Amino acid sequence: MSEARPSALVIGAGIAGIQAALDIANSGYRAVLVESEPSIGGHMAQLSETFPTLDCSQCILTPRTVEVGHHANIDLRTYSLVEDIRRSKDGSAFQVRIRRKAAYVDWSKCTGCGACQEKCPFKVESDFERGVGVRKVIYTLSPQAVPNKPVIDAEHCRYLISKHEIESGTVAALTKSGKPAEPKCGACAKFCPTEAIDWDQKDTYEELEVGAIVLATGFDLMSPAQLGEYGGGQLPDVVDGLAFERLLAASGPTAGRVLRPSDGQEPRNVVFIQCCGSRDPARGQPHCSKICCMYTAKQAILYKHHVHGGEATVFYIDVRAAGKGYEEFLQRAQVQEQVNYIRGKVSRVYAENGHLVVKGADTLGHRSVDVIADMVVLAMAVQPRPETRRLAEMLDLAIDDSGFLCGLDEELAPIETLQSGVFLAGTVQGPRDIPESVAQGSAAAGKVIQRLRQQGGEAAA
Amino acid sequence: MASRTYAYFPGCTLRSHAHEYERQALAAGQALGIDLVELPEWNCCGATFPLNAENVMDLIAPARVLIAGGKAGGDLVTLCAVCFHVLRRTANFLQTHPFALERLNAFVEEGPYDGQLRPRHLLEVVRDDLGWAEIRQRVTQPQAGVRLAAYYGCMLLRPGPEIGLDDPEQPSVLENLIEAVGAQATSFSHSSECCGSYLAATQPGAVERASSRVVEAARAGGAAAVITACPLCKYNLEQAQRGQPEESRLPVAYFTQLLTIAFGVDAPESAPWIVGAPA
Repeated sequence: MSEARPSALVIGAGIAGIQAALDIANSGYRAVLVESEPSIGGHMAQLSETFPTLDCSQCILTPRTVEVGHHANIDLRTYSLVEDIRRSKDGSAFQVRIRRKAAYVDWSKCTGCGACQEKCPFKVESDFERGVGVRKVIYTLSPQAVPNKPVIDAEHCRYLISKHEIESGTVAALTKSGKPAEPKCGACAKFCPTEAIDWDQKDTYEELEVGAIVLATGFDLMSPAQLGEYGGGQLPDVVDGLAFERLLAASGPTAGRVLRPSDGQEPRNVVFIQCCGSRDPARGQPHCSKICCMYTAKQAILYKHHVHGGEATVFYIDVRAAGKGYEEFLQRAQVQEQVNYIRGKVSRVYAENGHLVVKGADTLGHRSVDVIADMVVLAMAVQPRPETRRLAEMLDLAIDDSGFLCGLDEELAPIETLQSGVFLAGTVQGPRDIPESVAQGSAAAGKVIQRLRQQGGEAAA
Repeated sequence: MASRTYAYFPGCTLRSHAHEYERQALAAGQALGIDLVELPEWNCCGATFPLNAENVMDLIAPARVLIAGGKAGGDLVTLCAVCFHVLRRTANFLQTHPFALERLNAFVEEGPYDGQLRPRHLLEVVRDDLGWAEIRQRVTQPQAGVRLAAYYGCMLLRPGPEIGLDDPEQPSVLENLIEAVGAQATSFSHSSECCGSYLAATQPGAVERASSRVVEAARAGGAAAVITACPLCKYNLEQAQRGQPEESRLPVAYFTQLLTIAFGVDAPESAPWIVGAPA
């Protein structure tokens, strides 16, 4: 890396961070893009289609991720965390410490052939698949992963667990026959054609100096387990919006067939509940999560496309479809696709005779309704990721009541923060959809470029 | 075993149609070294927590009970879920509304009430002061193979932040108790649905519908009996089944009966879940 060239740190490689890094890099400055997951793309990589155009999410995302992977001005640091940030004495730059987690795979040797993942005998529940799918213990997030290099989940790896047991003495160092005990399994290493598995790999640290920082650490969905009245975390056929995306996605665990988790049957009736934990100061978050009205309409439409003759019912408080083409999309769901919309909240979801009973209020019909469903999809609240708070403390940034970061002025300076040189992009600041996140990523890049230029750094030609 | 002493408020229902609840509680308590000492003087808890708490007159009855509890010293324990509900909400309200407390104290001669008492349910005493390990140790007649539905209703759980006895949506105290005596808690979709409560007085039809659904859900889960901590729930669930032949009714029992039978205080054949239990 050319030390003389000014560079910016972008934390989080979802669509907002990707856009910021690409814009910075395309202006000739260097971008160091840090991502905690093994590969980039963020939540957008989990989605089946996007609203309101029903584009394949993976298809429109992949050109961007590939560009990031190949860009001469982007230093990609995946499977890495920002450990510390300190401002330099004159205030113009930041000293950043990055920890790269041990992947137990030497990525410089790995060709991404996938033999290790094929041969690994152990499967665990995948966070990426939101509990409706599994992955191997050595894994990439998806076949389109950038970088397409696997990591080993040390917590579940048979070899690493038994290696640790031998080294710490919980298992005898000698076997009954007197030979030194050896760790079990190691299938990935046996089948790797380039000997890339490195069982002794440790976390590594890197110190670097940057002139500006973009925070794009994104969001999580609130856990359905927090809504016990809907059977969240208890009833397998009650899933959150991202899990349903995985069931709709052609690259997902069911190869795009909508099958309910409990028995693998195709659900004939699906109920979608909006505002689960959102707009609910008592039980969840006070804010509106903004994206749920649209993605619920999208999921209901896609469900009806996947399961012909299936019934989709949406419970809503009110539908917020303010965006270009959004109201038209909603009309399409209601009129053309005949999704049932019921205005009212749901009080309970419980299992009965192999079905789910959704007890709700129909506040337009002034009656209570029981809807029998095969599956229930909860549009869980969008909330900040836990590491956002840590970064806010590190950088002395303001956070709002929900835990999102605050702009310097939420109306007129939403990209800037209390700290000069630190900018925000995407859902780290509050719920946003994809176009807004992309726009904000570009806006943050603009601020970064302006700052680096003011500091007198020359961009590469 | 070290004995624990608590001030005890029975309430009216335990002296009218829930005598058994009190007898079982005192006997189970004795087996566990829990000494429930009845307040020397007490009155009705008021039976409902007033929704218009502006009018502190409606809080006088429960406040008098709290004052008597304070004078007795130590924790004040109740059995009836409704009494517990009213007393705990009154105590919370007076603790967080000093102005209301001041006005109330101007009315009651027995006071002043300092606003600091936190009335407790016997279930909390069993869970928090003794713990399930101690219950398991006392069991001489394990109820192995008995499938029971843990029924909470509303009063024991809601409103969650005020009552704070258990998770209002996925409670576990009754299930843990059922399992501590060796029985099995069934999966029960309606464990914290309302039985219809006071509507028994004004809209019996509504109670019948609500309670029937609870009973049917318990039956669907394969329960041999419903376990409750609330005399009103027990009454409503039994009333909803009165039209059925006796042998096909699902028995409703207090959690205290589970203890007296498991501890060998009461005869095993007195257990309603053995008699009439489905195979």
